[in-house]
Amino acid sequence: MKDSLHRSYMMTKFVTYFFLILGSIIMIFPFLWMIFTSFKTVPESMQIPATILPAQIMWDNFRDAMDSLPFDRLYLNTALMVFFRVICAIFFSSMAGYAFAKLKFRFKNLLFGIVLVQMSLPSQIFIIPQYQMVAKMGMANTIFALVFPGLVSAFGVFFLRQTYLSIPDEVGEAAYLDGCNQWVTFYKIMFPLTGTSVAALTIFTAVFAYGDLMWPLVVNSDLKMMTLSSGLSTLKGQFTTNFPVLMSGSLLAMLPMVVLYLIFQRQFVEGIAGTGGK
Amino acid sequence: MNKPKLSVAERREENWGWIMVAPTIIGLCILNLWPFVQTIYASFCEHLGFGHYQFIGIQNYIDMFGNREFWKATWNTVWFCILTVPVGIILALFIAIMLNAKVKFKGGFRTIFFLPLVCAPAAVAMVWRWIFNGEYGILNQLLGANIQWITNSKTAVLAIAIVSVWSSVGYDAVLLLAGLQNIPKTLYEANSIDGAGKVRQFFTITLPMVSPTLFSVLIMRLMASLKVYDLIYMMADETNPALTDMQSLMYLFYRSSFVAGDRGYGSAIVVWTVFVILLVTLIQFWGQKKWVTYDI
Repeated sequence: MKDSLHRSYMMTKFVTYFFLILGSIIMIFPFLWMIFTSFKTVPESMQIPATILPAQIMWDNFRDAMDSLPFDRLYLNTALMVFFRVICAIFFSSMAGYAFAKLKFRFKNLLFGIVLVQMSLPSQIFIIPQYQMVAKMGMANTIFALVFPGLVSAFGVFFLRQTYLSIPDEVGEAAYLDGCNQWVTFYKIMFPLTGTSVAALTIFTAVFAYGDLMWPLVVNSDLKMMTLSSGLSTLKGQFTTNFPVLMSGSLLAMLPMVVLYLIFQRQFVEGIAGTGGK
Repeated sequence: MNKPKLSVAERREENWGWIMVAPTIIGLCILNLWPFVQTIYASFCEHLGFGHYQFIGIQNYIDMFGNREFWKATWNTVWFCILTVPVGIILALFIAIMLNAKVKFKGGFRTIFFLPLVCAPAAVAMVWRWIFNGEYGILNQLLGANIQWITNSKTAVLAIAIVSVWSSVGYDAVLLLAGLQNIPKTLYEANSIDGAGKVRQFFTITLPMVSPTLFSVLIMRLMASLKVYDLIYMMADETNPALTDMQSLMYLFYRSSFVAGDRGYGSAIVVWTVFVILLVTLIQFWGQKKWVTYDI
């Protein structure tokens, strides 16, 4: 009896590891394939049967990718867009999230309704008028244009409101009775308590701004003002079948976020899952 | 005004409330609420160029509903959901259950499954274009097949669905894992004394207890799948013979509005897409009563 229990336990273990490792291979393989291909020559990449590892390490593909895309600008533009979107999301959403959670004011529910409506509509429904606004301001092909739809974040307000709701009212009341006004109570007492949520919102905002494709494509058509995502998408027209260069370009485009992810694994996973799961 | 007068403190609180929500509310009105109204209005207009519109009634909708390409795009989008959502969620639940068991390197596995989420979809799609390549792609070599995955109208949506499931399964699994970890261990202990098998435990405890998380993952995945755009943009080219057989509603919206420049017609497509999304979401919320358990 004990023996058969032990055997079934070992069996379950074995099956679990088998599928987890198989799954991991499927998840990692495309990345490895991208790295291997990015070092191959074009003839080698087209060899059948395919070679797994490149015959020699070829850096030329990276040079070609960097020659056809202004990667320094793409990195800078993406970094600036992400930076300003994160700052705006944290600053405005913290204020509004606090007010919606802790303060009493007239029309609060109606105003919060606007937040909920925005959250439940897909961003594409706003794109044409948003683009027309940017164009009318003469701001197309600028960093401002990239940041524009992210100036306020309905999701951020909703998410941080949840966080402030979870902080007991007494915390703020004590500060208020000590003579702090609402702003000081928020800024000095309450805001510092939301560190984990603010970090999660930062990661969430950054990852999705980084990957966004439609808005940057629409609003910044000048190659020098593109983001990594939209810039990379122009590469597929230039090098239709030169996959080593396409893979080098893709690798260069995804590298910064992947490196950040590998450093802050736990924060990324818990941050993004924590924001989406609520 | 026969309202009770606010005290000084209350009035102050009210003022601070308004000041603190003002940037967000003003921003949302300019960036979202007004554009929403404009898009709906534009869907009844013809775009004359340079942001000028002329009201033409429901002509765009008549054109749209009479257009085969539009219905094909609607079907492609629905087909894409059918291919990605059930498979993706079942796989994610499977992974979550395995990660919830006592395994070594749990964090490592989680990091690996989650990795595609932090990669820009543009870069992810580029790699898969290469893997799916009909002539030299590694997938055909592994399968010993000769399938033109992306340029064949029969397999194009399937290829994109595979990439989509691959990219999102880790994310869904992490959400479901959090749901699984909230199930009290005592429930299983009590049940195993009854001598219930693992499979029965899954259906009597795990599934009902995780169903609220499953439902929110389902809604999120459905909404994301109905909006699919970037993977298709990256994997299809204007010259792809299977383009109309793989384009989604949002991709058709992009092409109509920004490539063809017909923003009135484009607006009608995006309004229709939002309508479809709302409809599907409503059906889900109505259907959840039958299978989601909020308390046991």
